[in-house]
Amino acid sequence: MRETSPTRGAGISDQLLEGILRGSRPHLARAISLVEDGAGEAVRLLSHVYKRRRMASVVGVTGSPGVGKSTIVNGLVGEFRSLGRSVGVIAVDPTSPFSGGAILGDRVRLRTHTTDDMVYWRSLATRGHLGGLSRHTGDVIALMDAYGFDEIVVETVGAGQSEVDIMKYAETVVVVLAPNLGDDVQAIKAGILEIGDVFCLNKADLPGAERTRRDIEMMLNLREESGWRPPIVMTQAHTGEGLSELVNAVNSHREYLVSSGLLEQKARQSHLAILNEYLSLLTVEKVLESAQVDGSLERALKDLSSGNSDPLTCASELVKRHLT
Amino acid sequence: MARKIRVLVGKPGLDGHDRGAKVIARAYRDAGMEVIYSGLHRTPEELARMAVDEDVDVVALSILSGAHSTLLPKVVQCLLREKGQSSLDVLVLAGGIIPEEDIPALKAAGVDEVFGPGTSTQEIVEYTKTHLKREVA
Repeated sequence: MRETSPTRGAGISDQLLEGILRGSRPHLARAISLVEDGAGEAVRLLSHVYKRRRMASVVGVTGSPGVGKSTIVNGLVGEFRSLGRSVGVIAVDPTSPFSGGAILGDRVRLRTHTTDDMVYWRSLATRGHLGGLSRHTGDVIALMDAYGFDEIVVETVGAGQSEVDIMKYAETVVVVLAPNLGDDVQAIKAGILEIGDVFCLNKADLPGAERTRRDIEMMLNLREESGWRPPIVMTQAHTGEGLSELVNAVNSHREYLVSSGLLEQKARQSHLAILNEYLSLLTVEKVLESAQVDGSLERALKDLSSGNSDPLTCASELVKRHLT
Repeated sequence: MARKIRVLVGKPGLDGHDRGAKVIARAYRDAGMEVIYSGLHRTPEELARMAVDEDVDVVALSILSGAHSTLLPKVVQCLLREKGQSSLDVLVLAGGIIPEEDIPALKAAGVDEVFGPGTSTQEIVEYTKTHLKREVA
């Protein structure tokens, strides 16, 4: 017998915490579910977990659907393992807006290290959260960190142009691109192209790769000067070509963050962003709850449908009434 | 709020036919469940590891190669070992080309139910919802 699985019931959060610190996979797995499901016990568990963080390095991998993110993540796992580092992976896929269900298919690409004890892979659904991640991504990172992984890799949903939440959680963001996904106007728009610390031009054997590389190069030339110019790494993830260069680029970025003192600043920004998220969540909950009780929500809805008021006025009045 | 039901749709062994697995995955998704698809050609050890890491309630195995009597009991054994349980808290289902006469032995080995060709996806989803081994509330 490898491990005893956690049982439900009283004291579950203590049981899970103890299991996680002992390095039990079933306990880590169950703890993640508890947090994702927003169970009451999760609050207590997380309050302990955050104090036990060991500060693993977090790498984000993002990019449009089909550019090869999952295959790149599989490759990164292999590279980190060959350096003797343990790896936790969080792979996010979208939830259906109609049924609330999801098909989490990133594992299909995980072809190596599938039974490696030093690798843990977890698929998460967005469950309606926008921004390219699951609402609980930060908490799941904390759980994996407390468990003791050296590296945590977060793969976002196939991102369009504005799924930029990953920059709140990852120290280094790898933006994966493939050749011929749009002209050079795409490259100067705002959004995910702005958040890349490292660019990975995958499927580099396809025609058009060189042109796409030049487009990214041009875009980077127009960026404001800073101490870090994002490198462009050409990869062919399915053959492994370029993967060690990719890991080198990630490591160089990390060294830069440390030596420039930006790591601390980044952590502060990320804490602010996460705090922000929880503040909005809690205040919205509180306002809606008490507005429902005293009928002011109903009155606001009536005013809106009769055209007697506007959304901003209604919202300001509700906040004034219920948050003081 | 009820928690989400998570399902691993797994393809053990060497057959390369996953149309059925994908249809089932979609039916579960449309029933509001989160479905992890393993991809083709997985070993029993790999599938058990996925089931533990993903904390699923259901392992639904699709097999058309004829190797079910060898592979499916192995998946159950690996699950028991990985989870450290003497009786599993995950529902283990099988589907594909499995002759009637092989079913009793599979059930004795710990497979909870076997669905043959022609079973409606609705029936499978209903069975799954009503036979979960962990609380959903």
